[in-house]
Amino acid sequence: MSDRIFGGIGLVLAIIYAWAAAGIQESFLTDEVGPKVFPWIIATILGLSSAWFLIKPDPDPEWPTWGRVAEIGLAALVLVIYAEALPAFGFLLPTAVASGYLTWRLGSKPVESVVIGVVTALGIYLIFRSLLGLSLPREGMELAIDGFFSSLGDLFASDPEPAPATAPQGD
Amino acid sequence: METLSNLGDGFLIAMTWQNLFLALMGCFLGTIMGALPGLGPSNGVAILIPLAFTLGLGATPSLILLTSVYYGAMYGGRISSILLNIPGDEPAMMTCLDGYPMAQKGRAGEALALSGVASFVGAFFATWGLVLLAPQLVKVALLFGPAEYFALFTLAFATLGGIAATNQAKSAFAAALGLGLAMVGVDTQTGVPRLTFGEVHLYDGIDFLIAIVGLFALSEVFVFLEHRGTDRDISTKPPTEVGKIIPSWSLIRSCIPTMGRTSVLGFIAGVLPGAGASLGSFISYSMEKRLVDKDKTFGTGDPRGVAAPEAGNNAAAGGALVPMLALGVPGSGTTAVLLAVLLALNITPGPLLFTQNPDVVWGLIAALFIGNFMLLAMNIPMVGLFTRVLLVPPRILMPIVAMISFVGIYGISGSPFELLMMVGFGVMGWVLRKLDVPLVPVILGTLLGNEMEVNFRRAVEISNGDYSVLIGSPLAIGLWTVAIVGFILPIVIGGRIKRRMHMSRDEEGSISD
Repeated sequence: MSDRIFGGIGLVLAIIYAWAAAGIQESFLTDEVGPKVFPWIIATILGLSSAWFLIKPDPDPEWPTWGRVAEIGLAALVLVIYAEALPAFGFLLPTAVASGYLTWRLGSKPVESVVIGVVTALGIYLIFRSLLGLSLPREGMELAIDGFFSSLGDLFASDPEPAPATAPQGD
Repeated sequence: METLSNLGDGFLIAMTWQNLFLALMGCFLGTIMGALPGLGPSNGVAILIPLAFTLGLGATPSLILLTSVYYGAMYGGRISSILLNIPGDEPAMMTCLDGYPMAQKGRAGEALALSGVASFVGAFFATWGLVLLAPQLVKVALLFGPAEYFALFTLAFATLGGIAATNQAKSAFAAALGLGLAMVGVDTQTGVPRLTFGEVHLYDGIDFLIAIVGLFALSEVFVFLEHRGTDRDISTKPPTEVGKIIPSWSLIRSCIPTMGRTSVLGFIAGVLPGAGASLGSFISYSMEKRLVDKDKTFGTGDPRGVAAPEAGNNAAAGGALVPMLALGVPGSGTTAVLLAVLLALNITPGPLLFTQNPDVVWGLIAALFIGNFMLLAMNIPMVGLFTRVLLVPPRILMPIVAMISFVGIYGISGSPFELLMMVGFGVMGWVLRKLDVPLVPVILGTLLGNEMEVNFRRAVEISNGDYSVLIGSPLAIGLWTVAIVGFILPIVIGGRIKRRMHMSRDEEGSISD
């Protein structure tokens, strides 16, 4: 049954795809084949294989209970909110919340989850931002950490000789 | 001779401190990722690509890092096979058969060490095979025109499911899905936007890295959420004691013929389209069982049964690099991900890679040799450290995997839109996995889609709109024939092979993978 539904969705997808490909505006300067033919070939394969699922479906997979499906849906929702929250709230807070939520749902105890979430967020920030210099969203907390590390860097650099790398002295 | 001097140049490139350090890091991380169930070579490399990319590493260093991860993961997969009877990644499945019984007899340390040596032999042999075979294949590939390339890409898709594929319609669907996603964005030939539905974010196309990380890494998190607390939850199994780690010389010597034979066999399986490491280890194990299992000890903890699949799968891993580097057409999931590395770095793989970027190719190959020795050194005395990693429960590991996926994609895009798309791919990956639709063709489709279309259109353009040019040369016809046979053969015999692979596992009464 699952395969039949899947095949049905696939067929609809193939038709939409072919229709969308037909709507591609061709420019006057085009090659022999044009931009539509290859998408149509793809839509054909998509449609044929979907039709095959309708005719000869595989035995059903073991679907999880509705509770588990909701679990996965909720986790996806949390990740969506996380993605939206990153630019607004910086890296640490959203990451701690999101990873805390995930570890809680994967079986950690509530208090443990808070700790794991915070440690995960801090650990990733320290490794990927402070050590490897990746660009991550930054707000108050993140800027404070970066500031701490750069002042630490100054401390080491400025002691023996005039610091070479601290400030860009115009050249 | 020329090959050897190229290789010498390669060693000069690989022998910088930075590259050596990256190789070491890669081997270490790779072994850990291979050992952890739920993180295999494909998703391990997948979450690291955006990182290597945003760190601003050059082409050669990035490739060295990521292929070291690939080799390392192939080594690491055996650790959980032996200790937990759970394959750390798919190719390590066959190692469970004799590795776990050996561990139960208190010989876990010996099994780990022996399989480490076998992995080394297989990978070392395969790297030499790569050195010798790839330049020859390049010579053939230089004869390819657009029509032949189009046929070759089709061949790659047709055979990707492998000989053990059960449902070719699902492989075809997956390939079409991937190709379809690749079409989104501005058409490279005419400059018109296609299938973007007016969304400006999609004009650049869908970045294949987003698809890869979503489908491979994030969907794994959902799979763990689904299975938590059921009997398929793997976090509850206690690991076995390791015991003595140094194997006796006589033990290794007794396995030398086995390792030799299976290295060759595995390498061939890796080079051929549609086989890959999983099948490499499977046929290696079955062949050895036929050849040397006179006392019916295979399956009860025979050391040769540990050495055979490990040499086989590591040799196949090296073999799979041959078509990826020489033709630009990967034959397996992880090499598809490595191809993504090349494309992300704006390097076109294929025959021109050897002439235009010889430093990349030979530096990489030299790094593989070095990495191999590092892995051997790491895996025998330090194996105790890696077994401790297995104690990290998935409930801690999987959130980290998810967050690192976000960090990587945020690093390259910097906008929430791409992150949302990644979550979408994660959910899609979970559904497709449930329905038994393979994910590798989807990835390969997003990677190769544009290149495939360009060759198709170029071939027809050159012949002034005559589509018969696609089967216009003996070479193209040959490639089409292999593609069609490769697609149809599994329909006929695939079910039988799949059943046998599973039967040999079920005899052990172990859980399914």
